[in-house]
Amino acid sequence: MADVQTIARHIPDRLESRGARLIKSWETLLVAVALAIFLVNSFASPYFLDPWNLSDATFNFTEKAMIAFAMALVIISGEIDLSVASIIALTSTVMGYAVQLGFDTPALVMIGLATGLLCGAFNGLLVTGLGLPSIVVTIGTMSLFRGLSFLILGDQAFTGYPASFSWFGQGYVWWVFSFEFCLFVLLAVIYGVVLHKTNFGRAVYAIGNNQTAALFSGVRVGRVKFVLFLLTGLMAAIASICLTARLGSTRPSIALGWELEVVTMVVLGGVNILGGSGTIPGVVLAALIMGMVTFGFGLLNVPGIVMSIFIGLLLISVIALPILYRRFRGRRSH
Amino acid sequence: MKLLLKNREMLLVVAIIALLILIAIRFPPFVAPGNLANVYNDTSILIILALGQMAVILTRCIDLSMAANLALSGMAAAMLNAAFPGLPVPLIILAAVALGAFLGSINGLLVWKLDIPPIVVTLGTLTIYRGLIFLISGGAWINAHQMSDAFKALPRATLLGFPLLSWLSLVIIAIMVVVMRRTPLGRAFFALGGNPHAAVYTGIDVGRTRFLAYCLSGMLAGLSGYLWVSRYAVAYVDIAAGFELDIIAACVIGGVSIAGGIGSVGGAVLGALFLGVIKNALPVINISPFAQMAISGTVIIIAVAVNARAEKRKGRVILRKAEAAHG
Repeated sequence: MADVQTIARHIPDRLESRGARLIKSWETLLVAVALAIFLVNSFASPYFLDPWNLSDATFNFTEKAMIAFAMALVIISGEIDLSVASIIALTSTVMGYAVQLGFDTPALVMIGLATGLLCGAFNGLLVTGLGLPSIVVTIGTMSLFRGLSFLILGDQAFTGYPASFSWFGQGYVWWVFSFEFCLFVLLAVIYGVVLHKTNFGRAVYAIGNNQTAALFSGVRVGRVKFVLFLLTGLMAAIASICLTARLGSTRPSIALGWELEVVTMVVLGGVNILGGSGTIPGVVLAALIMGMVTFGFGLLNVPGIVMSIFIGLLLISVIALPILYRRFRGRRSH
Repeated sequence: MKLLLKNREMLLVVAIIALLILIAIRFPPFVAPGNLANVYNDTSILIILALGQMAVILTRCIDLSMAANLALSGMAAAMLNAAFPGLPVPLIILAAVALGAFLGSINGLLVWKLDIPPIVVTLGTLTIYRGLIFLISGGAWINAHQMSDAFKALPRATLLGFPLLSWLSLVIIAIMVVVMRRTPLGRAFFALGGNPHAAVYTGIDVGRTRFLAYCLSGMLAGLSGYLWVSRYAVAYVDIAAGFELDIIAACVIGGVSIAGGIGSVGGAVLGALFLGVIKNALPVINISPFAQMAISGTVIIIAVAVNARAEKRKGRVILRKAEAAHG
């Protein structure tokens, strides 16, 4: 809590130049970290620099990153959505059910997207309509959505997806560039433009910094937040389509624990967990870093759960280090 | 009736009784005293954990790492027992509680000294603690035959007809009632959650109080770790995975406000019991156990909505009183 300010505020005579700000920015640090990991990995394993291996590695993060874009907006607006992984499970289950009824690929995609939107709308209504805290609401819906998936599937699995459906998870657009990776790039650009160049994006920042002030400046806070939850549901549905197509089967435990990885990705990308600041390029870099770490460790035969220790440490240290650095500087200058 | 609805504990008691009546219609033996005692015993660990979580939530924080802490402490206790079968059980329990408290204190220190948002800290330590179990155990299971008889027998031993596990949870409830209502620390939890700024001016160290809340939840998670492992007579990486949500659900159902400052020991206990009754009743009334997750999700959402309304009503009453005083 910043209840008691111990460090006097230092007001500079002039603002730092654009270049200086760029060098000191969070994104620059992320680029440096990404380069370092890239170098370490290419020395650690001779298989790292193979284009097809790198292409395979992108599957580690593309689906999570798609959700992370929408999650970044939600977190910037001061809310959180912990139900994303469960939306993936429910969407995948509903699509699997539709396959059993004989629906084909285009219908499956529409059904999947609609399910995700419905889940997002449900979250959005509870948070904006009833004014409930999003963290508990989405803990509840996290349990509800995955619970519905368990209720439909039990200990069974849905398989038998049409061959044309699997393209979303296994297809390549050109050379080593998979459909998922291209979609990831496209979505990154769209979200970057929406957040940084549109009125909607400014409204998201405004709400995250001061909800009351935003309301009195004419921002429709409720509506914006509702749209953000809708978007998160939609992104989870898109991720679910890609993941289901890639795996070719649905179990209720699909994407278990992804919500934590998505939030880690967003926070690692420099988005303030308390809302109000953060950028899409940061999230993209964080996705690349997490993907490369996972891939590099995988090449070195490090078990997945040990990687998760690293991700956890990364999450905490990435937030702690700037705080320690600021404190250290603050002490020195006084 | 209005008075009943106003009081969260009474509302929950009524809800639990209504639930029991519904179950009894479908399957009368469920409400036999012996079976109800079994249900309580089965819910004991959840009750202990919910009480720790309540202390943390009261201070406007959250502890998502409790289940991972439980699993790590439980695994450590089981490995200690497997390596030194001669070690007295109380010593092992003490070690599990100490380890739990240590893990909790890490959360607390990060929140206190570095001002990192509690949800981020415990999200991180959740994955770290889970991963550490794999590191110390190498992914192997500790099975019943590797544990000493004394280690497994303690929670099952009966005293006056009830298992020790039930008694232990009753003792913890009693201790928590005293801590929450009769000690400066308990008052500090409530004061700090109600208004952190005001708490600072009354001389409460906000960070330190939060640190102590995390130590408390860690201790209880450590204790639950031993209880869990000895009761189910197995320890592996994924025990109690996802249980952190049940713990939070118990608190939310029990009327503990996620915004801090509101809650009671009785509420948290009843919230845990409500979940426990549902969990134990589903199989006997022929509802697929797979439905449990969806049901607890629905219950959480309803409980949050009820909480929010109750909190709003409180605000209005104060305003009306103030208006009346002015007018």
